[in-house]
Amino acid sequence: MCLGIPGQVVELLDHEHLARVDVSGVGRTINIGLLEDEDIQCGDWVLIHVGFAMSKIDEEEARLALASLQMLGEVYTDEVDALFASPASGPSGDGRAP
Amino acid sequence: MRFVDEYRDPAAARALVARITEQAGDDHFKFMEVCGGHTHTIYRHGIEHVLPEGVELVHGPGCPVCVIPMGRVDDAIAVAETPGVIFTSFGDMMRVPGSHGNLLEAKARGADVRFVYSPLDALKIAQETPERDVVFFAVGFETTAPYTAVTVLRARDLGVTNFRVFCNHVTIVPPIKAILESPDLRLDGFLGPGHVSTVVGNRPYRFVTEQYGKPLVTAGFEPLDILQAITMLLAQIRDGRCQVENQYTRVVRDEGNPRALQLLAEVFELRPHFEWRGLGFISQSALKLRPELAAFDAELAYDVPGVRVADPKACQCGEVLKGVIKPWECKVFGTACTPETPIGTCMVSSEGACAAYYNFGRLHREAAVTLGRAR
Repeated sequence: MCLGIPGQVVELLDHEHLARVDVSGVGRTINIGLLEDEDIQCGDWVLIHVGFAMSKIDEEEARLALASLQMLGEVYTDEVDALFASPASGPSGDGRAP
Repeated sequence: MRFVDEYRDPAAARALVARITEQAGDDHFKFMEVCGGHTHTIYRHGIEHVLPEGVELVHGPGCPVCVIPMGRVDDAIAVAETPGVIFTSFGDMMRVPGSHGNLLEAKARGADVRFVYSPLDALKIAQETPERDVVFFAVGFETTAPYTAVTVLRARDLGVTNFRVFCNHVTIVPPIKAILESPDLRLDGFLGPGHVSTVVGNRPYRFVTEQYGKPLVTAGFEPLDILQAITMLLAQIRDGRCQVENQYTRVVRDEGNPRALQLLAEVFELRPHFEWRGLGFISQSALKLRPELAAFDAELAYDVPGVRVADPKACQCGEVLKGVIKPWECKVFGTACTPETPIGTCMVSSEGACAAYYNFGRLHREAAVTLGRAR
């Protein structure tokens, strides 16, 4: 349950520490409040865990994390499916975190 | 994928293994990896079988699903079966057995138990169904506790009154201390956990070096990360040093995440004691909501039995969690206890030592037996 999924920030939303991220080509909304001190910008990579950005990472770490996750097979696809199905992490605009 | 190849480079791995072999010499070293994610990597890549005879890895208590005792699952089910409650949980926790079945079985009996990906999803359900009470089953170390903290503060700020948390968050330092105090086990050092250290940093581990004289190296999740962390531990021992070192500098900082730590302090306080599966009661090892947030505390709102339940006799998760036995040494491993029908928690989560070994490790072990390298 501690799987972190790498995503790239594509848009910072004005609303309550939210950002739109790209995860394997799919847009989701996540909470970046825990990285408040990191000055997150568009293009930055973050490790996403249960709808929150857990840590800011560089592109190298993002690729590593993704490759490791893909090796997990079902565990990884289940986690990504769960993120994609999460109402609070809905696509940009609607379904934003409460 | 140049970067990835660097971390999977067989030549680099061989060089590290050669270095470990040279450093270990004829001595025997036993290191514990605290984190379930590391256990997963070790079994996934067969790392224990490329290490020399003299370097043994034992698996620790760092799988948040695995350490929840049966009594707490019973309490969760009691809350879930309260009329009117919508009980929300991460998927892993749904299959953890209590003394009378798991949450999925409670759901089959009619309780409204729902899988959520995020605590924010649970809060959203509460907002959308104001006539029902929504409870979130919060589990995890300092990795996940900040997410619960953000969600509770959000509920407070939005004036949501039908959202509560059944809090089972635990802290990473007390179980490490309990293991160091345990007479069952003689360890030479630790691979420090990865993700939890992004929150707490490396400083809380200093007692391991200062009070117990064991080196600790915080490690990443790639196979080469693990091998490199082992060389760092051995180098410390050979040089006569005993320090907290950070191999996972790509992600972990010494000071951790100050914002997340501040949120934890704002929302939680330490419980006087908490029961851990296999480790028993450990004082000041878990979190509860602070009194000013009592309105969000499910334990105060519902009648939970709060009864301590002994693990099934056949199950040896306790010994596995303490690193005293390996998964395959448990009597029910792979027979009565499988990922499909787990008896113990270590077989439930993919980060549990038993599930990781069941899914991956035994294949490496079979190969090693064929090559005459099993241990």
